[in-house]
Amino acid sequence: MGGLRAAEQLRAAGWTGSITVVGDEPLMPYNRPPLSKEVLAGKESFESLAFRPRASVADAEWILGTAVTSADLARRVVGLGDGTELAFDGLVVATGVRPRRLRCPGPAAGRHTVRTVDDARALRADLARPGAHVVVVGAGFIGCEVAATAVALGAAHVTVADPEPLPMLRPLGDLLARELLRRHQERGVRFALGTPVTAFEGGDRVTGVVLADGRRLPADVVVEAVGSIPNTAWLDGNGLDLADGVLTDELLRAGGLPHVVAVGDVARFPNARYDGVPRRVEHWSMPADSAKRAAKTLAAHLAGAEPDPEPFAPLPAFWSDQHDFRLQSFGAPALGLDDTRVLDGEPGGDVVVGYHRSGRLVGVVALGGPAAGAAAARHRPALLEQPALTA
Amino acid sequence: MKVVVDMNKCQDHGQCVFAAPDVFRLDEAGHLAYVADPDESLRADVEDAADVCPLQAITVED
Repeated sequence: MGGLRAAEQLRAAGWTGSITVVGDEPLMPYNRPPLSKEVLAGKESFESLAFRPRASVADAEWILGTAVTSADLARRVVGLGDGTELAFDGLVVATGVRPRRLRCPGPAAGRHTVRTVDDARALRADLARPGAHVVVVGAGFIGCEVAATAVALGAAHVTVADPEPLPMLRPLGDLLARELLRRHQERGVRFALGTPVTAFEGGDRVTGVVLADGRRLPADVVVEAVGSIPNTAWLDGNGLDLADGVLTDELLRAGGLPHVVAVGDVARFPNARYDGVPRRVEHWSMPADSAKRAAKTLAAHLAGAEPDPEPFAPLPAFWSDQHDFRLQSFGAPALGLDDTRVLDGEPGGDVVVGYHRSGRLVGVVALGGPAAGAAAARHRPALLEQPALTA
Repeated sequence: MKVVVDMNKCQDHGQCVFAAPDVFRLDEAGHLAYVADPDESLRADVEDAADVCPLQAITVED
């Protein structure tokens, strides 16, 4: 997605030269959020996920099913998995992330992740097993969404395990995480919280999950939703800061290089709207937002001009559909977890919570139906008008 | 320019309203309403709106 958006935005920024997009998956870019929801539930087809590229990139060359395996940023070449090299004038790093896997002993069969179309197809086939016992490891976005979908598909038991004491605690904070837990339990999801997974049981195929507190959960299907790892190994050896994704400056340039920018999940950038601390932001909105800013930076360099000095300052947004309710967030609630206030409604129903840092509103999250989302959206102008936290 | 929204896909996220408020709005019931033939000068906004739709339900035709 980041690669497609970057190509489109390079055109929008005036670049008329050639564009080559390299991707390790065999498919054209597609929309991932439905993989844990509508598509996993069988309500939408896999084919419906493909993005429709803008006409402006009809002449772009796509090298698919081929990973980028190395880069020499000084020589301006990247190496591909098939042994060939590609020379470039400008490089957009958009290699995203891959699911983190649990390093626990036990069989591999029956254990799933949800990142790609192939992942979702395999999980869907396994969830169709009659009377399946499903254990979801990880109570974050994907874990909570998959658990809700598995219940709707008729799984006999769905249990979410996480070392944290509440689901989605880190993005949402205590108040909404408690309410999320209650709503999931009410709809048939079980939880094994506050204890990590230590092992998987079974011979050829997983039959159970062992927790650190000694409990054992029967499992025919395991979903590992324990975060992600940025795909940056191919950039090793270029002197870049790759400690957690690709560190960029406020114009999304990597390593101070004018011809290398990073976009999407893999980019660790300072957001001038907040405290200037570089962070990766794995929200769906980020590839489009960052591609727009990064393409301007790169197109200016390729044209021999100075880039627009306006620092990247997106208003992040995320949503998550679970059961019959939606979480809708604007801003950066994770920066204001210590000062949360109910802005509209009440926790048991449609509710909007405000997150504050140094007394300033930095994020709002709605939980509930469409009315809650609309109420959250009414706080968006206030979030946009807040001065930067560093100001 | 012609704008088509697949209303079977639309889930009233409202992201298009932020990107192109002159073209998209949510009515009193929170459901999407939009201008099907907006002025050409709004093309950049409409293309942004199509990009940010979580359901990718918006098509911009020439």
